[in-house]
Amino acid sequence: MFPFIPQMAQLGIGVTDLAAALLFLYGLHRMSSPVTAPSGIFVAGVGMAVAILASLLYAFGVSEAAKPNLMVNLGLVVVALVLGGGAAWWSGRKVAMTAMPQMVAIYNGMGGGAAAAIAAVELFGGKAEGITALIVTLAGALIGAVSLSGSLIAWAKLDSVINKPLRFKGQQVFNGLVLLATLTVGVYLVAATQDKSLLVLAMPASIYLFFACALALGVFMTLPIGGADMPVVISIFNAFTGLAVGLEGFVLQNPALMIAGMVVGAAGMLLTLLMAKAMNRSVANVVFTNFGEVAKHKQTSIKGSLKPIQPGDAGIAMRYASSVIIVPGYGLAVAQGQGKLFEFVKLLQAGGVSVKFAVHPVAGRMPGQMDVLLAEAGVPYDMIFQLEDINDQFAATDVALIIGANDVVNPAARTDKTSPIFGMPILNADKAKKVFVIKRGEGKGYAGIVNALFYGENCDMVYGDAQAVLIKMIEAVRGLGLPAVA
Amino acid sequence: MDFQISISGFVALYVFMLAGFAGWVIIGRVPAILHTPLMSGSNFVHGIVVVGGIFALLNASTLQEQVIGFFAVLLGAGNAAGGYAVTDRMLAMFKASDHPAAHAKSGRVKSIHSKKH
Repeated sequence: MFPFIPQMAQLGIGVTDLAAALLFLYGLHRMSSPVTAPSGIFVAGVGMAVAILASLLYAFGVSEAAKPNLMVNLGLVVVALVLGGGAAWWSGRKVAMTAMPQMVAIYNGMGGGAAAAIAAVELFGGKAEGITALIVTLAGALIGAVSLSGSLIAWAKLDSVINKPLRFKGQQVFNGLVLLATLTVGVYLVAATQDKSLLVLAMPASIYLFFACALALGVFMTLPIGGADMPVVISIFNAFTGLAVGLEGFVLQNPALMIAGMVVGAAGMLLTLLMAKAMNRSVANVVFTNFGEVAKHKQTSIKGSLKPIQPGDAGIAMRYASSVIIVPGYGLAVAQGQGKLFEFVKLLQAGGVSVKFAVHPVAGRMPGQMDVLLAEAGVPYDMIFQLEDINDQFAATDVALIIGANDVVNPAARTDKTSPIFGMPILNADKAKKVFVIKRGEGKGYAGIVNALFYGENCDMVYGDAQAVLIKMIEAVRGLGLPAVA
Repeated sequence: MDFQISISGFVALYVFMLAGFAGWVIIGRVPAILHTPLMSGSNFVHGIVVVGGIFALLNASTLQEQVIGFFAVLLGAGNAAGGYAVTDRMLAMFKASDHPAAHAKSGRVKSIHSKKH
């Protein structure tokens, strides 16, 4: 009756997907400045919304075999959209900013899982025609499944469900064997589809086996990796999911998926390299070596002693300084001290002290997390400086205040060739005229090495929980009763 | 008229190459301070996978395909909605200083990339 409807539906999908791809690129482009970024995500959101709405037009062109199920399938689509979208939206609105890395890990795992599920439908239905399509489907399935299970393990680690990295002897060999097994099943699947005489294990069983191996690989890959390496891991899985989505986009002949997936894949790759560079380690080193254990080596003996100071005295000293640079680390977030910190900073600023924040690229559990936590506490972004922009200013600064950071200010990275962190770019806090360090105790940093900065002539230690210490500093400065400078 | 898209062989590689390059260049310009929202934002972008899930589910002919397809849409929708929700929330928190004087004073020092010390 209406012979043109399928063609019109195809045209509609084609045009909206083209628009969506453009909106994604333009939206991400607008994220290059904090001023335009909020509109950027909105632009990308519009692209997503129209693409999802238009995809319902696929209902007009379903295959003959699926036609009897069309109404049920449409119902399932709506239910899945509402359930999945609703639950994720609700959790995303509620989640605390400190818990953002694990939330992003979950969303990322979901994307990888979706890509793997699409591949599974194609495989079980025997829909991937031709050897190229089949190989690409399998590659997407493998990467997507690894991203799904790996992201879930990353979530469990970040959320402290799993507290210790799981390591055993021969782990890398074992992981290599799991990868080999996955690839073998994959090759078998390709061969068996091409030549039915090769069939030794039934197709559905082989497909299940393939996914089981791929999921196991993601789990075993992520288990040995420690908490502070998570910025790299999250970036890798983000790249993986993007790649999987791009590959499945090719299988489904959907260029919007191909483009969006590959853009994200490249973005994840870039962030992964940036994070690894900030740790002065290769990506392979992060994924394949057990960092904490490698770091056991002879310590160079350090001269000097740790000099404790009362929080109030340190607070007052900063009030009388003319410039202060604050180096926040993950310990600040653990103590939930960001709000109190900014209160203290405002007090200093009211007294005419110039205050800046210096953020190391790996401060936090995902790239840039410290910046978000500071922004949440109300710190304006023009007070937050990145390593390369502020490192030269420490020498001309009265006080460097280090809160819950350790390895990223360890001068051994510059001087001690035997140190495991040698060569890592660090914040030159030791060059400030005076250094205060707020720290819970005398413990070592993640790398397990002594920090010479703490023993320096110009350094005083303020022991205690960051939030409690900052409250005492605020009280002490208020107690001075000095008038605010206009 | 037929509007069926057909991308095969080298055309697919060209699409991948151009998209990958565009992503690299665009993301490379994002300042480090926005790296978390950037990551959740790019996370949101690969939520477009939900469109593929919808296609797969609508074309499902067996119960097994329906079940897996349902999960594809469920997970993809979660990826997209969640990624948008957290990115939007984070970006709304980034504010400039209230007083324009401070803004000018702390004007960002554009230094040469990471000097080695």
